[in-house]
Amino acid sequence: MDKQYFHHALKISEANCIGCTHCIKVCPTEAIRVKNGKAHLFENRCVDCGECFRVCPVNAIYVDHDDFNQIFNYKYRIALVPGVLIGQFPENITTQQIYSELLEIGFTHVFEVEHTVDILIEAREDFKKKNPSIKPLISTFCPAVIRLIQVKFPALVENLILLKSPLDIAALYYKKLLTDQGIAEEEIGLFYITPCAAKIAAVKSPVGENKSEITGVINLDFIYNKVYKSIKQSGKKNCMIPHSDELDAKGILWSLTNGEKDTTDGRALAVDEIHNVIDFLEKIESDEISDVDFLELRACDESCAGGVLTSGNRFLTVERMKKRAKASEIKINDSSCFSTELQSYKKYLIENMNVSKIMPRSMLKLDENMSEAIKKMGKMRDIMEYLPKTDCGMCGASTCQTLAEDIVMQRADITDCVFIQRTMEQKGSMTMNEAIAKMKRIWGDKFNTK
Amino acid sequence: MHFEYNVVSGDFSNAGTASSQIKKVLKQLNVDSVTIKRIVVALYEAEVNVVAHSYGGTIFADIDTKEIILRLKDTGPGIPDIKQAMKEGYSTASPQVREMGFGAGMGLPNIKKNADKLDIKSEVGVGTEVMIMVKLNDN
Repeated sequence: MDKQYFHHALKISEANCIGCTHCIKVCPTEAIRVKNGKAHLFENRCVDCGECFRVCPVNAIYVDHDDFNQIFNYKYRIALVPGVLIGQFPENITTQQIYSELLEIGFTHVFEVEHTVDILIEAREDFKKKNPSIKPLISTFCPAVIRLIQVKFPALVENLILLKSPLDIAALYYKKLLTDQGIAEEEIGLFYITPCAAKIAAVKSPVGENKSEITGVINLDFIYNKVYKSIKQSGKKNCMIPHSDELDAKGILWSLTNGEKDTTDGRALAVDEIHNVIDFLEKIESDEISDVDFLELRACDESCAGGVLTSGNRFLTVERMKKRAKASEIKINDSSCFSTELQSYKKYLIENMNVSKIMPRSMLKLDENMSEAIKKMGKMRDIMEYLPKTDCGMCGASTCQTLAEDIVMQRADITDCVFIQRTMEQKGSMTMNEAIAKMKRIWGDKFNTK
Repeated sequence: MHFEYNVVSGDFSNAGTASSQIKKVLKQLNVDSVTIKRIVVALYEAEVNVVAHSYGGTIFADIDTKEIILRLKDTGPGIPDIKQAMKEGYSTASPQVREMGFGAGMGLPNIKKNADKLDIKSEVGVGTEVMIMVKLNDN
């Protein structure tokens, strides 16, 4: 059945995990349970949204990224940078300074991935024209949203726009650009600096593609610290200025909420934050909302400015990026030589922009066989009659409903519920020691009475 | 398997509760997504009809491996001319209801389009009973 392996960027450190209920409570796909005093992840359910990472009180959930030093295995080391990186820094640090520090710490080229959005917009409008019957078309920009749709809204995979993200187009472009200059492919390292966990998962196990062009992914907060430290210590400004490729306003605003929406005609809507996205998709799926042509959906509040690996306050980041966009609108008239270079690759990029069909992988079904599923559901409803519906989390699952499901799927037992235990103790069908042993299996050492 | 949902007259903010609950159940039962959509669209339309036109009612849903049968029973004014009500664009909805985005007269035709069987019984001044049947793909 669902034995397929999915790469997850979010990992749980057993050593650090104290076995609390913060992560199981916020997970939008009920992918986490506590067992033996530690949080455990159901890999097929996790969409790498990072909500658990945000709430963990002891940093036991970490994002597994590539070692920075591996960039030096390549002669050409390209930093593929999202626009939100610039937005992390205080305004007295210029874009130029950040670029030059990226070169200082070891990269040979810096490229903001949103340079490619103009080409993507063209391809997207073409995709819209070719698929007039699909409403709404849903953007594939946010990888956590793609995965959410796969596991929770399988009917809506048909609505996804099957085009690469700006990051993948940027990687494709830069690789082609350098190989056309006679550089061997194995000398090129393309490194993405990521504001979120989902992008890492998207690179390591891409959806709709066999293999990603990207060599490695480095956390944005790691690069932020390294660059900021370098700026503070060097004291000098603009040691080495790379040639200016000023992003246009569309590119700067792309990863913020409304960034895509504002570049399309027809009725378009932008929704951010994963629970809002889920609510909205529920309505779309039932046709409660119709006549929408395009949906921009982002898992994080304030979109990528609120990415789990960003260090700046999301609202300040948005402010800075909007100012930058305004400034670039003024400058845009003296267009840089750079855009023409990208333009010359437009045909190649458009030809290579499609991704293959995205398959659903529903996590909701109780059984492949419907009559078995009906039996299990009947059992679940019976179990729910006995459970307290307090959603206390003491069984290690987030809600009573989730426990009931785990019981019929044979992942848990009804006696995992503390309310059931106390009732059984009262009736004499369970001893206190048996109840304590039960709790130990879920909460580990916490039941060591000294 | 049997489910029941109460529908309150005039409560548009909660219209759709039953259809989203049923949707969740059908997903868990591994019903294919095209069939789920047909059921949910038909039920949502019917649910909104009860909210908009009746004094309140109940939805009864029965699911087995072969089919889902939805019965919406309400007390209310009833439908004087069912044939006319089945016509696209025909609506008796008040201007207030139309302002909320409902009442385009597509309700019953849309249910019919999505159902394998639709049966409407109505008595003026008493109420209406709508039966929707959709076949399920037993795998």
